[in-house]
Amino acid sequence: MTTPANDDETPGAADAPPPDRPGHADGPDGGRGDDGDDGRGTGNGNGHGSDEELHGLLAEFETPGALIAAARKVRNAGHTEFDCYSPFPVHGIDPAMGIKATRLPIVVFLGGLTGLVLGTLMQWWMNAYDWPWNVAGKPTWSIPANVPISYETTILLSVLTTFFGMWAANKLPQVWHPFFRLDRFARVTDDGFFLGVEAGDKRFDLEQTRQLLVAAGATHIEECYVDARPEARTMPRWIMAAMAVLTMVALIPVALVFKARATKSPDPHWHVFSDMDYQPKLKSDQPFADFADGRANRGELPGTVARGQLKADDAYYRGIAGGQWLTGLPAQVEVSEATLARGKQRYDIYCAPCHGFDGAGMGIVPARVEALGGAWPARNLVERGSAVITMPNGQLYNTISNGYNTMMGYASQMPVADRWAVVLYVRALQRSQNAAESELPAGSQVR
Amino acid sequence: MASPSEAAAGSDGEAQAVFRGITDDVSRVALNPTPKWWWPAFGVSNLMLLCLVVSLYHLFTTGIGVWGNNNIQGWAWDITNFVFWIGIGHAGTLISAVLYLFRQDWRTSINRSAEAMTIFAVAAAGIFPIIHTGRPWFAWWMIPHPNDMGMWPQFRSPLMWDVFAISTYATTSILFWYMGMVPDLATLRDRAKERWKQVGYGLLALGWRGSARQWHRYERAYLILAALSTPLVLSVHSVVSFDFATSQNPGWHTTIFPPYFVAGAIFSGFAMVATLLVPLRHLCGLKHIIKESHIEAMCKIMIATGLMVGGAYGIEIFIAWYSGNAGEWFTFRNRVLGEYSWAYFAMVSCNVLVPQFFWIRKCRTNPWIVVGLCILINVGMWFERFVIIATSLARQAMPGMWGYFSPTRWDVLTFIGSFGLFFTLFLLFARFLPVIAMAEVKAVSPEAHAGKDHH
Repeated sequence: MTTPANDDETPGAADAPPPDRPGHADGPDGGRGDDGDDGRGTGNGNGHGSDEELHGLLAEFETPGALIAAARKVRNAGHTEFDCYSPFPVHGIDPAMGIKATRLPIVVFLGGLTGLVLGTLMQWWMNAYDWPWNVAGKPTWSIPANVPISYETTILLSVLTTFFGMWAANKLPQVWHPFFRLDRFARVTDDGFFLGVEAGDKRFDLEQTRQLLVAAGATHIEECYVDARPEARTMPRWIMAAMAVLTMVALIPVALVFKARATKSPDPHWHVFSDMDYQPKLKSDQPFADFADGRANRGELPGTVARGQLKADDAYYRGIAGGQWLTGLPAQVEVSEATLARGKQRYDIYCAPCHGFDGAGMGIVPARVEALGGAWPARNLVERGSAVITMPNGQLYNTISNGYNTMMGYASQMPVADRWAVVLYVRALQRSQNAAESELPAGSQVR
Repeated sequence: MASPSEAAAGSDGEAQAVFRGITDDVSRVALNPTPKWWWPAFGVSNLMLLCLVVSLYHLFTTGIGVWGNNNIQGWAWDITNFVFWIGIGHAGTLISAVLYLFRQDWRTSINRSAEAMTIFAVAAAGIFPIIHTGRPWFAWWMIPHPNDMGMWPQFRSPLMWDVFAISTYATTSILFWYMGMVPDLATLRDRAKERWKQVGYGLLALGWRGSARQWHRYERAYLILAALSTPLVLSVHSVVSFDFATSQNPGWHTTIFPPYFVAGAIFSGFAMVATLLVPLRHLCGLKHIIKESHIEAMCKIMIATGLMVGGAYGIEIFIAWYSGNAGEWFTFRNRVLGEYSWAYFAMVSCNVLVPQFFWIRKCRTNPWIVVGLCILINVGMWFERFVIIATSLARQAMPGMWGYFSPTRWDVLTFIGSFGLFFTLFLLFARFLPVIAMAEVKAVSPEAHAGKDHH
């Protein structure tokens, strides 16, 4: 070939029809006749009635090379509405047909960019903005740790764009095509090479186009007819109805999710497996028949002391000295303004609600009972001559620790040092409210 | 008669006969009555799959305690199996994407079944990270979605990277596989005799009619997907290796892991492709399409990747010593000489020594020797993941964190069951779908240029 370009209109040697088999290109009648006797005829193969219209001409070629040459010829004759069909991509046919490079790569690039931006924004919004997630005090937004997921979302969106973009650009799925009516066309997925010119082409003329295809070396030419009635080309009504129903059914779960998002329920979460709620384990203070004492709790073993639990100092931990209530104070308790301030602060939290800030037994709880018409005064801690005033310090400490009558013990709320601080503060309340005038500091007496 | 076009025309019928031969040989597998060998193979696979169903039922209703995992060996066979299967998948993508970009035309005979293998291996792999969570019915919490707890996934965790990498990989593999299959599904549609097959293949073929304008976009999309799958496949096993490498555990905390894992994945994947395809080409009569030279080429890739894996084993030990890190050095000495040394030497002999047989020509050309060696390689690659996971956890910093992993029968049954899932899916594929990319084989055959005047 010395012609500068394959697209040149000059017919090359390969473009000439094979002289030894001109009859291969069937006339209109021959083409239709062929189909009737191949045993697979469905009755509408290529024969057409009055309600059918011409869709186009389908020409068959033997080799990829012949198809390329024919495509060039058809294109050079000014046809635009034609296409080649082959079992595999024939390389070299794109320039022959004048197919422009697809813009799919640009679309995919935009899709990938969207994936990158969305993936990154998603991570930022979810982990740094909507719920700043503290991981070992690291910054909530640090790019390196977010790169892998942005990388994957970029690829994912690119792949989805490629896949769906390609099918959309190819106008597929399209389950039916007029050429599918021609039995011969089934070979397009096997070993057949076809060129179809559509009747809608502005240069289409049944006879001239047929001659063109013959000249291009077609081994077989067929006319393809389609049903002219518009209703024959629409989807059957029951399929449309089924699709509509399926679409509505598919919306039900979505609607349920939206309803659940928008409403509140007093019911607890519904769990498929309730083994988190009901675990096969013993909880404290529950019965358990298999232990000799019938209790789930296992106490300390006799003769053992847990670390830090010896508490051998009776005076400090129990307020007892020599079998009697301690009357003084343990050595660990320092009488100071700081201890008294601590005692007042603890007293105001734990004791004042019943005993009152002044210790007279009318805190907000008894006051409330009285307001409701009842009578339930707490013990007056400061009443002159009462047992609380004469009680040894050790016994007062013990009462705070373990409770008395309806009063609960406070050992679990107050550490030992705080309980002694409260003892000191109660003593200060008693002293301050039972002092004789002569005992007041100089300058404070009533004149 | 002496013109060049006439000479080409003389071979026209031959070219079409070649194409028709490829069509016949491949579609016969899917369209002919079920061959005798298929039912016993399918039955055995189904029995193995039943093992998976039973062991998963027992696992879900009882808990992770049915496995040999414990507080020390928190990961064991579950994650070993996960990495094993996901690695096997990589060869399929490598064949379909990387070899495509390098224009290795021999790949067309094996790429379809290798891609199918990828998808089924990813399916088998995907089970394990989900079931090892203990509450697999909450696995969907890993998908970012607005919920009543106001919680979002923690994206800085390599385990979340895994979720995105594996799901992207599975999606891409399925779409790539399906897209490549559409022209061949159209071939089956056009050759099927039964109505239900015509309708079934017809729906899957999306109305493909081999138009040149459609082929143009299709080929470009195929190239783009190949170009996207290549970085994806490298990232997937890198991310899997991050599950280990970003932890502080000696034996896991190494920078060599991503390339080492990717090489091992390709190594094991090619071994699995060869294991599957040697019987397949024999049973389906495809020896003239999946040629001996293609199996030989896979063996050569296994020599290369096997040497890479062996090099990584050496580097790991060298760095453990050279780093001067006492914990690291202890872990590796223990890995080689400790309680698990049997597993270590099983790994080294299967992965480093076995592929050396492929230097011998006879071992590459006798397909049954190839299968035997490939099975040993996959045993070795399973042990590699087991050695990495189990030995690194068995001797942690405190003596109280020392232990030994012994599998229970449920570990074994679950693992067997994953093979059941894999083989069941592969047999269904080999029975009902085009096992060889017919259009691609035709396109790379010399006859594809028949009749072209510039030759």
